[in-house]
Amino acid sequence: MTTSLPKTTAGAEAAVIPPKQAESRLGQLRHRPEAGALIGTLSVFVFFAIFGGEKFLAGAGTASWLNIAAELGIIAIPVGLLMIAGELDVSVGSVLAGSSMTLAIVSGHWGAPMIVGIVLALALGLLTGLLNGIIVTRSNVPSLVVTLATLFALSGLTLGLSRVTTGTTSVAIAPDPTSKTIFGQLIGGQFEVAIFWWIAVAVLVTVLLQMMPYGNWIFAIGGDKESARATGIPVAKVKIALYMASGFCAALVGVIQTILYNGAQVANGQAFVFNSIIAVVIGGVLLHGGYGSVVGVVLGTLTFAIVNQGIYYTGWNSDWAALILGILILAAVLMNNTFRRLALSHKPRTAKKA
Amino acid sequence: MTAPLLRLTGISKSFLGTHALQDISLEVEAGKVLCLLGDNGAGKSTLIKILSGFHKPTTGTIEVNGEPVVFESPRDAGAQGIATVHQFGGTFPLMGVGRCFFVGAEPTKGWGPFKLFDKKLAGEIAVREMQSLGITRVTDGSRLVGSLSGGERQALAIARAVYFGANVLILDEPTAALGVKEAAHVLRIIMQARAKGVAVILVTHNVRHAMTVGDHFAVLIRGQKADDFRKGERTREEITDLMAGGEAMADLEAELAQLQLEMRSES
Repeated sequence: MTTSLPKTTAGAEAAVIPPKQAESRLGQLRHRPEAGALIGTLSVFVFFAIFGGEKFLAGAGTASWLNIAAELGIIAIPVGLLMIAGELDVSVGSVLAGSSMTLAIVSGHWGAPMIVGIVLALALGLLTGLLNGIIVTRSNVPSLVVTLATLFALSGLTLGLSRVTTGTTSVAIAPDPTSKTIFGQLIGGQFEVAIFWWIAVAVLVTVLLQMMPYGNWIFAIGGDKESARATGIPVAKVKIALYMASGFCAALVGVIQTILYNGAQVANGQAFVFNSIIAVVIGGVLLHGGYGSVVGVVLGTLTFAIVNQGIYYTGWNSDWAALILGILILAAVLMNNTFRRLALSHKPRTAKKA
Repeated sequence: MTAPLLRLTGISKSFLGTHALQDISLEVEAGKVLCLLGDNGAGKSTLIKILSGFHKPTTGTIEVNGEPVVFESPRDAGAQGIATVHQFGGTFPLMGVGRCFFVGAEPTKGWGPFKLFDKKLAGEIAVREMQSLGITRVTDGSRLVGSLSGGERQALAIARAVYFGANVLILDEPTAALGVKEAAHVLRIIMQARAKGVAVILVTHNVRHAMTVGDHFAVLIRGQKADDFRKGERTREEITDLMAGGEAMADLEAELAQLQLEMRSES
């Protein structure tokens, strides 16, 4: 199976390359951070379309990976922003679990109105982000360590408090129709409403990153922190805001999951810790910052979700999915390095003559 | 006679009892290049840090346009029009030229919270300002800074400083990591900035580069100003000897000559 991977990759590439008149547009694409990610997404899609067959391409198949992608994508985008700014956030898993339990306990176990539980759950995300941001910017301890600490601390706090207040680690909730529509609807019985949340987050963050001054600050902070500070950018404030954004988005997914599945479990969401980083890295964001794009992260998320779900449609043992992902991560990083080198060697035509 | 743009009087700086700088007095005039020469550890970096507001001098005064000033932070120095450009400082390799040029001071269009970063304008200004310093190869504001040559990156940083109102430009070893051609380019850019009326403080240990562009020269040795002269008052050999500690250099040359003699007689 793995041996057939390169072959189909080559096949996908051949299928992707448009006729010669589109070469200039393709040439421009080569210099963008998402170039490698696009090839990755198309490759895995073609791969599973071939081996997964009609079922993979049908509504249910599409929904299965799109739903996974949407939930992961809502978290991966702010995590990607942080990575562009040169920081990591691995606390998202516990934020998701903590906010899920907050909502389930407040509005389910105690019976408070849904809105109270939702607001508290989202506030928990913002608060964790604020804490992460303050500690990272004040202490100069690497953000991986700081957020690893919050990941464990918050997970322990969630487990402990859940057991103290409810006596169990899984709490049911009966969401009212309004919150069900906003957060937990299955459109056509298959597509999660989270897909629209994901699109909204992607559009919002794209505007912020590409079209507003803040985006420029984020690139600069990730590119060279000292130079960024010397230009007068409020580096600490930007980072704290980014951590709050990733906390908020992780909590949002917590709310979505709780309402969708009518309940919450203490162990929810830990898979998002690594999956979000995988999606971001496959998406062409440079691990130590300064380079990346939202489109890339979206494509990386799609790639991850397609591999994650596509394997079920091939009839092969799903045990192999992680192996494919592992190989894919390595391939993606190598490809992204190549594309970044191409972007850096990019010179205008006039210069070439000289 | 008008006061010089920047005047240092009796500047000293000690760290935990070590005298990094002792009694330095210097003057910098608009449209002139002051070369600060010295070997490693002579105190050049400390002096730059005092001028750019990172350190406060232990004693001595700084005057800008005849007015005494105290820099509490690099921002204060920046507000007085003093800008420092380090080797590759202030440039971001993975950002476009236009984005990089305006980091922290992005031009916007639109209104209220929907002010959008005017990337087109940023690119145009960045390219125009670099071209005014003689960089004609950069024509696209979206080109990544990392694809520029070392000299072009220096030009970008210098153009940026001048555009944002620097009238004293401190260049910290701008030619040290560059090849001969690139270094010549940077020297040309220094002359362009000088022609714009900017006072340039060129910190270097390359005597040849200093003599090409300098109007005034100051030589630092172990934290003290060893010599201070104008263009044409010293020969290159005199300056090199002075920087290396004069006699020490002569001794070394004698020793090397002796060694060569011995090798010749052996073969």
